Amino acid sequence: MRATVLVRPKPGILDPQGQAVETSLRHLGFEVADTRVGRLVDVELQTDDRDEARALLERMCEQLLTNPLIESYEIEFAGA
Amino acid sequence: MSSVGGRPLIPVVVFPGSNDDRDAARALELLGAEAPRVWHTDESLPAGTAAVVLPGGFSYGDYLRCGAIARFSPIMRAVTTFANDGGLVLGICNGFQILTEAGLLPGALRPNASLSFVCRDVPLTVAAADTPFTSRCEAGQDLTIPVKHGDGCWFADEELLAELEAADQIALRYAEGANPNGAVADVAGVTNADGNVFGLMPHPEHAVDPLLGSTDGALILGSLVDAARLSLAAAV
Repeated sequence: MRATVLVRPKPGILDPQGQAVETSLRHLGFEVADTRVGRLVDVELQTDDRDEARALLERMCEQLLTNPLIESYEIEFAGA
Repeated sequence: MSSVGGRPLIPVVVFPGSNDDRDAARALELLGAEAPRVWHTDESLPAGTAAVVLPGGFSYGDYLRCGAIARFSPIMRAVTTFANDGGLVLGICNGFQILTEAGLLPGALRPNASLSFVCRDVPLTVAAADTPFTSRCEAGQDLTIPVKHGDGCWFADEELLAELEAADQIALRYAEGANPNGAVADVAGVTNADGNVFGLMPHPEHAVDPLLGSTDGALILGSLVDAARLSLAAAV
């Protein structure tokens, strides 16, 4: 099954990329109050069991996909 | 073989994308160490290793997060065991990033607040001189050492920072008003709780020759060579 991991800088962490995007959006005339930039990772898993997939993805996030000190994550499944 | 003619053995790890390994090895040899370069796929450190240096560069292209992939290199298992046994480990720039990702040093390194790559000499202040990496300095001493990085903004939350400050683990800070990357509390270098692992963003290996300006980097690397020599003497 296919899953998407959304990785975000935790609240309170300085996000200069988000700030730069926000400034550019303002220059384009968009009224935005805040912009944060994260990362998404699409993962194709061997298993079709959603609980097993979630457990695997959580381990992937803890070991490699995120740095828990500065990033939070959310797991989404295709078609959910 | 634990040393060559009294020269402590301080291997420098080479990851794919490391680019300061030669400078680090040359500086260490200039300061009296034997500094062979070891490859990231090696599963053990050379017999008699007295200290290890993780050099600067862009290991694994800085993919995902700086240092995030390198920490899983085979050699890092050996480095982690070495560090956990009290062995001296120094991480410079990308090496610092790898050590934080590996959990051997506290905090994390984020993109510079300016989003610009900075490459210049920076003034620093030694905050703790009683470490194996700063023993040739005095507390409060000013140093000038170059930085060159895009991801040097060290971060720790308030709680962690207070803990590290109370334990005197912030060994090196950017001088007031000279923080090049937005690092929390002007932190330029930090040790682990036991004091045997140290990481810093500035490049001491680029500041050991008067021809290139400052020789203040020799104080950091020379301290490490002294400590490596002592650890060998203690092991005999």
